[in-house]
Amino acid sequence: MEPLRIHKGLVYPLNRTNVDTDQIIPKQFLKRIERKGFGQFLFYNWRFNDDGQPREDFSLNDKKYEGASILVAGENFGCGSSREHAPWALEDYGFKVVLAPSFADIFYNNCFKNGILPVTLKEDIIQHLIEKAEMEAYELTVNLEEQTVRDSEELQETFEISSYQKEMLLNGWDEIAVTLKQADKIDQFEQNIGK
Amino acid sequence: MEKPQTIIDKIWQRHIVDQEPDKPDLLYIDLHLVHEVTSPQAFEGLRMKGRKVRRPDRTYATMDHNVPTIHRHVIKDQISKTQMETLKQNCEEFAIPLADIDHPDQGIVHVIGPQLGLTQPGKTIVCGDSHTSTHGAFGALAFGIGTSEVEHVLATQTIWQQKPKTLNVKVNGNLGKGVTAKDLILAIIAKHGVRFGTGYIIEYTGEAIRNLSMEGRMTICNMSIEAGARAGLISPDETTFEYLRGKRHSPQGEDFDTAVEEWCTLATDEGATYDATVEIDAEEIEPQVTWGTNPSMCIPVSESVPNPDDATTPNEKEAIERALDYMGLAPNQPISSVEIEHVFIGSCTNSRLSDLQKAAKIVHGKKVKDTVRAMVVPGSHSVKAAAEQEGLDVIFQQAGFEWRDAGCSMCLAMNDDVVPPGERCASTSNRNFEGRQGNGARTHLVSPEMAAAAAIEGRFVDVRQMDSPVLS
Ligand code: SF4
Repeated sequence: MEPLRIHKGLVYPLNRTNVDTDQIIPKQFLKRIERKGFGQFLFYNWRFNDDGQPREDFSLNDKKYEGASILVAGENFGCGSSREHAPWALEDYGFKVVLAPSFADIFYNNCFKNGILPVTLKEDIIQHLIEKAEMEAYELTVNLEEQTVRDSEELQETFEISSYQKEMLLNGWDEIAVTLKQADKIDQFEQNIGK
Repeated sequence: MEKPQTIIDKIWQRHIVDQEPDKPDLLYIDLHLVHEVTSPQAFEGLRMKGRKVRRPDRTYATMDHNVPTIHRHVIKDQISKTQMETLKQNCEEFAIPLADIDHPDQGIVHVIGPQLGLTQPGKTIVCGDSHTSTHGAFGALAFGIGTSEVEHVLATQTIWQQKPKTLNVKVNGNLGKGVTAKDLILAIIAKHGVRFGTGYIIEYTGEAIRNLSMEGRMTICNMSIEAGARAGLISPDETTFEYLRGKRHSPQGEDFDTAVEEWCTLATDEGATYDATVEIDAEEIEPQVTWGTNPSMCIPVSESVPNPDDATTPNEKEAIERALDYMGLAPNQPISSVEIEHVFIGSCTNSRLSDLQKAAKIVHGKKVKDTVRAMVVPGSHSVKAAAEQEGLDVIFQQAGFEWRDAGCSMCLAMNDDVVPPGERCASTSNRNFEGRQGNGARTHLVSPEMAAAAAIEGRFVDVRQMDSPVLS
């Protein structure tokens, strides 16, 4: 996994709450057995008409958000199905950071395994960011080491993150390799339970 | 005396492999259930790193999400077929037991675990599927994980978990006649929202919960995730033990009695405290119908869909407007005036034998309305066989229902069982998200009884007003 320390990028605002993983990546695309290539299907039913043409009424299709790498959305982002295809699709599309007032917890965990940083900020700040990004090309710098989000003006917010998840992302660690270093403890546990 | 503990604390503590400050706990996983959709990339990851499956004997796989429920072997979709074949190859390569499409034990992963006795009190259970919470009905700590975590559990039989907070959902009193576990969990989510469980593991307690059958308890725990919770569980009791007695993977003979003694120690101690508690009165609950695009957008069948103008915040107003627009409903429209074109009785929420028995009682001797296409998809091969033994297939088919083979089917419409755009379905499943049952499909979540009644009437009716033996 690619380490993530500081990321600067264009913001795409998605002013919707309870965006579920069925919307992030509809089920017809879950049949693939690869991890790659899901970006083209991101938000598919919102982005495309039945005939596969981009929908003008969905803002991600707007030229001004081309190249956006920071997604800002409403509360409870990523609820529903546990499908990791959702962060795969976001990552493959080019998103590195997702900001929201709250996340569903399976999605939140899945992000860290795929080099995406989910950042929780207060609702009013998220609203402010969404309004900014709807008005103009708006860039943010997210610094994981310092746990801050800044824009080019005076905005500066700090965010919380567990030290474990922070380390994982900063170092791009393979979690399985980390755990396998504890193999003796797992052996011991299995001996204790006798199975 | 030791400090009183909840069942959540007890199971957690008994599974800690490693615990250090500033880190999540490393938990041992007793049972890992696997299905075709969320596992291929995990197995591929193992192969790429030359890793093995640590405990194939604690792993169990089936095919459910993609399988056709009719003409079992005509899988038109090549990619679906590849996914199923991939699971088969992976299970062979890593020596994992598999109930594949032809296997008598095949079925929806959350239906077969309990039915085989794999699901037991006190176990930690994971699956790459958010409705893994279903298994909590047995007093197990069961939760959904992503594919990277599937890979991690395959390789290590453990998972890193930050301990969630504990939430007691206490249901006082008893459910009225014709009001089901499904109505109860929908009413809880309607009252408290789709986020009230976020960051928590829920324990369901109270008289109404104690009086539920195992099937009803599974329906409740199944939908914990729709409240945002990491898991939901119920302390085991006689009902639990009776269900497990004699199941294939349950302890047998004397071992069973020893197991029961141990399982009895799991129940939450008198005086144990939770991080939060909510209470609800079962007697107030009516049969429920969802009107919107998440499970909290739900009302009693006697009521009308909300008016965006009554919303208390701009966000809520917009959410209601979006949902009404998607659902093709007008503000203040009585839900009982809403006509449906499809009925789906199935899914890991409501596809067990008792669900089918209750629905069959409603439709017995009646006919599905001619504008409605209705289907029953049993949760597993063996539920299907048991239902056929009782003649339920005949009752359903005579009423005009299609009688299908086991699988997830129209719950998520990954196979050919799809609701066409703009059409409306009364569904016993758990998610009414946009597009869940097909692009543009409109889903109303209900109990099996309410779905059966809707099939007959072509619209939502209060099942308590149907003339039917189910209520006597
Ligand atoms: S029945 Fe539906 S909710 Fe249950 S496992 Fe299958 S797809 Fe998921």
